[in-house]
Amino acid sequence: MTQTLVSAASGALLATGEGGPGLHSVPATGVFDATWLVIALPLLGAAVLLLGGRRTNRFGHWLGTLLAVGSFFVGLALFSAMLDASDADRSVNQHLWDWVSVGSFQAEVGLHLDQLSMVFVLLITGVGSLIHIYSIGYMEHDENRRRFFAYLNLFLASMLLLVLANNYLLLYVGWEGVGLASYLLIGFWQHKPSAATAAKKAFLMNRVGDLGLAVAIFLMFTTFGTFSFDQVLSGNAQASGGTFTGIDLMLLLAACGKSAQFPLQAWLGDAMEGPTPVSALIHAATMVTAGVYLITRSAELFNASPDAQLVVTIVGAITVLFGAIVGCAKDDIKKALAASTMSQIGYMILAAGLGPIGYAFAIMHLVTHGFFKAGLFLGAGSVMHGMNDEVDMRRYGGLRKYMPITFVTFGLGYLAIIGFPLLSGYFSKDKIIEAAFAKGGTSGYVLGSVTLVAAGLTAYYMTRVMLMTFFGRERWKEAPVGAPADWHEPHPHESPKSMTLPMIVLAFGSVFAGGLFVLHDSFVNWLTPVTGFSEGDSPFSEYAVTGMAVAMVALGALVAYVQYARREVPAVAPQGSFITVAARKDLYQDAVNEGLVMRPGQYLTRMLVWLDLRGIDGFVGGLAAFIGGTSSRVRKVQTGFARSYALSMFGGTALVVAATLMARMA
Amino acid sequence: MSSGLQLAADAADKVPAPSIEYGKLSPMLIVFGIAVAGVLVEAFVPRKARYVTHLVVALGGMAAAFGAVLALIPGVKDSGGEIAAVGAVAVDGPTLFLQGTLLLLGIVSVLLMAERKLEPGGDAFAPQAAAAPGSAQEKEAAAAGLRQTEVYPLAMFALGGMLLFPAANDLLTLFVALEVMSLPLYLLCGLARRRRLLSQEAALKYFLLGAFSSAFFLFGVALLYGYSGSVRLDRIAVATGGAMDNDALLLIGLAMVAVGLLFKVGAVPFHSWTPDVYQGAPTPITGFMASATKVAAFGALLRFFYVALPGMKWDWRPMMTGVAIVTMVVGAVIAITQTDVKRMLAYSSIAHAGFILTGMIAANEAGASSTLFYLVAYGFVTLGAFAVVTLVRDAGGEATHLSRWAGLGRRSPLVAGVFAVFLLAFAGIPLTSGFSGKFAVFQAAADGGAGSLVIVGVLCSAIAAFFYVRVIVLMFFSEPRADGPTVVVPSVMTTAAIALGVTVTVVLGIVPQPVLDLADKAALFVH
Repeated sequence: MTQTLVSAASGALLATGEGGPGLHSVPATGVFDATWLVIALPLLGAAVLLLGGRRTNRFGHWLGTLLAVGSFFVGLALFSAMLDASDADRSVNQHLWDWVSVGSFQAEVGLHLDQLSMVFVLLITGVGSLIHIYSIGYMEHDENRRRFFAYLNLFLASMLLLVLANNYLLLYVGWEGVGLASYLLIGFWQHKPSAATAAKKAFLMNRVGDLGLAVAIFLMFTTFGTFSFDQVLSGNAQASGGTFTGIDLMLLLAACGKSAQFPLQAWLGDAMEGPTPVSALIHAATMVTAGVYLITRSAELFNASPDAQLVVTIVGAITVLFGAIVGCAKDDIKKALAASTMSQIGYMILAAGLGPIGYAFAIMHLVTHGFFKAGLFLGAGSVMHGMNDEVDMRRYGGLRKYMPITFVTFGLGYLAIIGFPLLSGYFSKDKIIEAAFAKGGTSGYVLGSVTLVAAGLTAYYMTRVMLMTFFGRERWKEAPVGAPADWHEPHPHESPKSMTLPMIVLAFGSVFAGGLFVLHDSFVNWLTPVTGFSEGDSPFSEYAVTGMAVAMVALGALVAYVQYARREVPAVAPQGSFITVAARKDLYQDAVNEGLVMRPGQYLTRMLVWLDLRGIDGFVGGLAAFIGGTSSRVRKVQTGFARSYALSMFGGTALVVAATLMARMA
Repeated sequence: MSSGLQLAADAADKVPAPSIEYGKLSPMLIVFGIAVAGVLVEAFVPRKARYVTHLVVALGGMAAAFGAVLALIPGVKDSGGEIAAVGAVAVDGPTLFLQGTLLLLGIVSVLLMAERKLEPGGDAFAPQAAAAPGSAQEKEAAAAGLRQTEVYPLAMFALGGMLLFPAANDLLTLFVALEVMSLPLYLLCGLARRRRLLSQEAALKYFLLGAFSSAFFLFGVALLYGYSGSVRLDRIAVATGGAMDNDALLLIGLAMVAVGLLFKVGAVPFHSWTPDVYQGAPTPITGFMASATKVAAFGALLRFFYVALPGMKWDWRPMMTGVAIVTMVVGAVIAITQTDVKRMLAYSSIAHAGFILTGMIAANEAGASSTLFYLVAYGFVTLGAFAVVTLVRDAGGEATHLSRWAGLGRRSPLVAGVFAVFLLAFAGIPLTSGFSGKFAVFQAAADGGAGSLVIVGVLCSAIAAFFYVRVIVLMFFSEPRADGPTVVVPSVMTTAAIALGVTVTVVLGIVPQPVLDLADKAALFVH
């Protein structure tokens, strides 16, 4: 089963270990002419809802949902057309219009649809539609529901632009668009100072990454004279190794920002201040995977620089562990899931850093993760919905009786994420662990071990979440310490259909997607023409790797079971060891950021302000005073007497004549 | 007796009648024609109907002349330009471009002069120019509500001279054009209805200094004739290509003719008349002088250096570079401390003369075309700015002291906004014609090897931006004065003039390319 079958052609192509097959495309015809509609529909929704204002309040959420679903159906039509097309015709290019055309600077607005972007289109519009439906119920009592749907539509349009752009500049537009949508949605409840701060934090940290993307695009333009995929990624782009490494590292910086990878991971936990559907859609299923898309899309550039790829895997490995450790200590259900997201995306980044060995598996894990993590978040939202928006898992317990559908769907998502055999996460995560070992050499062993350990940690923290929420004593019945006088016991109940239905659909995905993907290696074969594929050279047999992974998972789950099911869960978090304390504080990420960046930045700002005031303003002010003084002195020459004017003219003439004669002599 | 007649007849045979290409000269002939017709109107048309008749004649005539310019374009495009009137007048791209510009500026200026709604007593001009300021006679004339119309024929004569000025192909024609252009202007300057003493002082100063500079000019012409044996520009060019030993005559002549022309463009150190005259003259006339005179004079300057002295580039460039630098610096620096808006605009026009010289000094085709473009841009901004000045008034007439303009933006946002647009264009802020023009001349100068000039130019632009923006700040960000001036609603004529100014300013800022292309095509001088 684990013996990967690779078509002879791509195997031969990649046997040399050199990059992918390069990116080539044919002009869009037939059904593919409708590619632009995928973006245009949600964009239209955003425009109508934002410009229409209150007039659209009554039907806004329906319109937004309808357009998202419409976009999904267009995506399905494109997908079926692509299934019918031959490999060579699956990569299509749609030129929409010239954007900027100045000398050698040519920017077009055009779309590129191939197998890779197709996967993303389906994931984004599919999960996006489900979350639109879910939000109809979830946001029912929010007076700004129409605005919420407008932002969701805006997000869909931007994200689709990001994955469909046929050049890096247009991708950057989508990239900034999702950043904006994310900012607006995290801060959607801006009356809460914590939400406003979280939105600002996410925006600022993303700016750091965006800067990387901008610099990468600058570098591409100066090196290749273009930033269109067709030319940069054709496999013929020539540059020195150092240049490739530079571009790649800048792209990685961008990916770190959007995908919350180390060292730009700190914003994701705080981003949970946004409404839960946002956490599910943007901060779990789609936007945070943009970094993985960027690296996979730029496969040609990364394949050209093994150094950069190594850095990518290191970043991925650190984040995998970082997120997993933090996730073990969080009592806030959404923050625990957020840490888990960070860790799972770490897997994907790590896989993408492995090159052709890992690209396809990175994307595969991305899709399965999209299903189960969205499902888990929606489940968490459903729990909060029934628990008066309580997020502290220590105030949950025994909820399985009260919310059976949530319990089952959440449970299936849980099994999928820990890699329970034959569920989605099992296949996709297992492949990444194999691929990490298959990298070969010491780094292969290190990366493989990291992924194995993280698999165990994942099982531990997810089991913990599961047990604390749905099993054990019903801790929510007791008033919390220091509860307000009007505290009353929550009445947990199952959520309305509009919320449970998407959870059920996603649960199906969590269960079956992975199996479908590995059946006949369909997923890998599908992506190979874009990303390339190579089996690598694994020191262990695939059965051995699978066995180790399952053992780690079992171990992790067992430890959690002993700690949280056999023992009573205290309603107030115990002191904990220093590791627990550190993990609760996100491994001191904010303190580090403050110490390393914020404080020095503040000192630098203060110093610059001082310099500006004393030095530059002093100089400028002095210069202005000097010129003003000169002016008042010189204007006295203007006496008003015609005789002195005539004299100055005469003198001037003498000078002019003399200067002309002198010019000849010199 | 009969033999004497015979002799005379022989002589007549030997001097052939010159052939005059009336068609090619038609723009100038039409304008001179309407100027003469204006005198007749002044003499024979009844007082009541004079104003309207003058307007019809002047505006119709200028429109016809503009049509004649347009009609000449295809011919010039084919032939590359021709020399008409026995070598006296060149009809080529620059001539037609500048004549077209001058005619449009002339039309706008006449619209401003014809404004009769602003001044309670009538228009901007003295009820009886011959009456001494403050005399009983003057009061009588004012009380009788007299309004003179002699400004129209005078302006037409001046405009005719301006049309001939950039077209003159020999130094004598150039001198005649200079005087035809200047004499009516001297008179026009002294015709202000308000502050007549200041106005007459301005006229006298302008006249005295103008005569002084004409003397230099004539002396220079004589020296150049002495050197080359001809007054025709093309023949002088040929002569400078010859022996190079004893050319003190040439160099001194060159410098002196340049002085005469530099006086007209208001370059430092021949600028001292500018602020006094701009301040004293009736504002519509100031606008006319600041825009049209400058266009004509730069046209003549271009032709003189580009046609007569292209081979002497290395002799005149250092001197002209010095003049340009001093002009920019002095104009920009002194403008900072001006408190009168008309004087400030006068110094601004001096600084702009320096910027335009920068383009001219490039001494290549781009230099000529960028200068032509700058003149169009600058001409309309200037006229528009002076037109706005005529609107802001208090009991004493125009409120030209800058402190009176404080808070204008709050009372009359539209007028202040329009003035702000003009100021931004003067400062050369992008999306205005001023930016396009400055960019063009600086680029030409940089390409022509005059990098130092570009640096000085940019620095002076920075200094100049200060005093333009200061007025904007004053208008929009300070409290309006309780006794501040009011903005009078003008008739359709001033409105049209200002609207046209704004339109040209903005259009040339956003889509300058068509006019740049036109200037490019028009920049070839006929030799």
